[in-house]
Amino acid sequence: MKLGLVIDLDTCVGCNACAVACKQWNTSGTTGPLTDFEPYGKDPTGVWFNRIRNYEVGDYPNSKTVHFPMSCMHCDDAACVTVCPTGASYKREEDGIVLVDQDKCMGCNYCAWACPYGARELDREDGVMKKCTLCVDRIYDQNLPEDERKPACVMTCPAHARYFGDFDDPNSEVSVITRERDGSALMPELGYEPVNKYLPPRSKKHVETYMNETNPISKVKDWVNRIVAR
Amino acid sequence: MHPAISVIFFTVTSGAGYGLFAITCLYNAINPHNALGSQGVLTASAIALALITMGLISSTFHLANPKNAWRAFSRIRTSWLAREGLLAVLFYPIAGIYMLTVWKGVDSYNWLVAISVFTALWAIATVFTTGMIYACLKTIRQWHNALTPVNYILLGVMLGGLVFLLLASMYTAATINLIINATYLIGIAATAKIVYFFWIGSPAGPTINTATAFTRSMVRLLDVGHTAGTFLTDEFGYQVARARLILLRWMVLLFAFAVPALVLWVGINMMPVATAVTIAVASAFTGVIIERWLFFAEARHVVNLYHGAQQC
Repeated sequence: MKLGLVIDLDTCVGCNACAVACKQWNTSGTTGPLTDFEPYGKDPTGVWFNRIRNYEVGDYPNSKTVHFPMSCMHCDDAACVTVCPTGASYKREEDGIVLVDQDKCMGCNYCAWACPYGARELDREDGVMKKCTLCVDRIYDQNLPEDERKPACVMTCPAHARYFGDFDDPNSEVSVITRERDGSALMPELGYEPVNKYLPPRSKKHVETYMNETNPISKVKDWVNRIVAR
Repeated sequence: MHPAISVIFFTVTSGAGYGLFAITCLYNAINPHNALGSQGVLTASAIALALITMGLISSTFHLANPKNAWRAFSRIRTSWLAREGLLAVLFYPIAGIYMLTVWKGVDSYNWLVAISVFTALWAIATVFTTGMIYACLKTIRQWHNALTPVNYILLGVMLGGLVFLLLASMYTAATINLIINATYLIGIAATAKIVYFFWIGSPAGPTINTATAFTRSMVRLLDVGHTAGTFLTDEFGYQVARARLILLRWMVLLFAFAVPALVLWVGINMMPVATAVTIAVASAFTGVIIERWLFFAEARHVVNLYHGAQQC
């Protein structure tokens, strides 16, 4: 199995619900707590496994605001695991999930240096590295109804912009949607073969905002433009 | 990259220590009846071990959870950090055997040469692994090149060579040949560092476009998504004004290479040898500490592409 996420940048509305659900689940889960410093102070900071950035893509009028959630890509060739000197970082043979054994981590930050996606954050209270677990303590929980055995971020997404599944199965939802919607990996040139895929926003015609002016000269110009364009 | 004082101190002092040990071994193997005598060679070895030890202790100060540091030797099959740790620790018994050989004195010259070359190569290999810790990271293009370990080795050997010259001058063993050889070490180290400065100047590698997979249009960051700094911005967001970096590069060239070389060439005729070499050593250490600080400050991690950088 090769478990991972697909994130649909066309439907993501940037509401941050996935990040909050992630924080809520994992701060009380096996890797918790995700320590916060000054949560109600002037400069609140803390550990998050999922962060959402907002981009402007393209130039006006063909520009688009894209909300961009990022968490661990669970890379096939995970450099964070390769560089770890203690063996605390490991990639599970059976499903490809990259995890940190917090009892072995010495907090050297080397894995965070090796990760291009900023997926790993040091918990400065516990002194160990923490990262997205793909909710490994959720997706195999037999006590949960079967349709709830998904990562917290996928469960909570109100825009249905997140998909979870097995990329090794060519007929799984994530494989099919990645194929059909031309899903791509981030920074593939580094060769870490990130498993998570991002679906690009669908191409839509931009909303016409050009107002015709009414004076005779611009009318002639418009007419010429139309003729030339044809 | 955030320049951590503990790591700067570690790489400079342990590099100098391994360089000093290697040069002492080789010098003593080539001239077994030198003016240093076994006492001088043992003193040089002990100072080298002291530098190495100070560096290694300092390196544990940047660990957030040092109680697990003993585990750091377990992944030598993949991790350069583990390899560095293993080579550094195993260097102690090897250095011990070498020092015992010198202390007891051996009849067999071949054995002295063999243990000297082996110890020197082990010392250089340890510095190489230190350099590879940085050079193996594809996320930082300023580090991910062959010149990184080369610079680590050459600067370590240069500093070690200058410290060795200082010790030799105290035993009145600082011959003109030794001084000339030290200037060669400075020249070679300077050449590699200057090449490095030019090498990292050309833009290459990932951009904000490949980082977001929008490779056919302009991409700008609107909102980074957090109100205050994070671990990532603290660790990787460190940035210094371009003009200051250029000034510091000139200071590296001046203090690490130009001043020591000039003092050894010209100053040697104007002042006692020990004074001149002391100035050279002090200047070189200052220069290499600035060099190591720059090595971190100039490195741009690709995660900055998610914090607004267009190119790293």
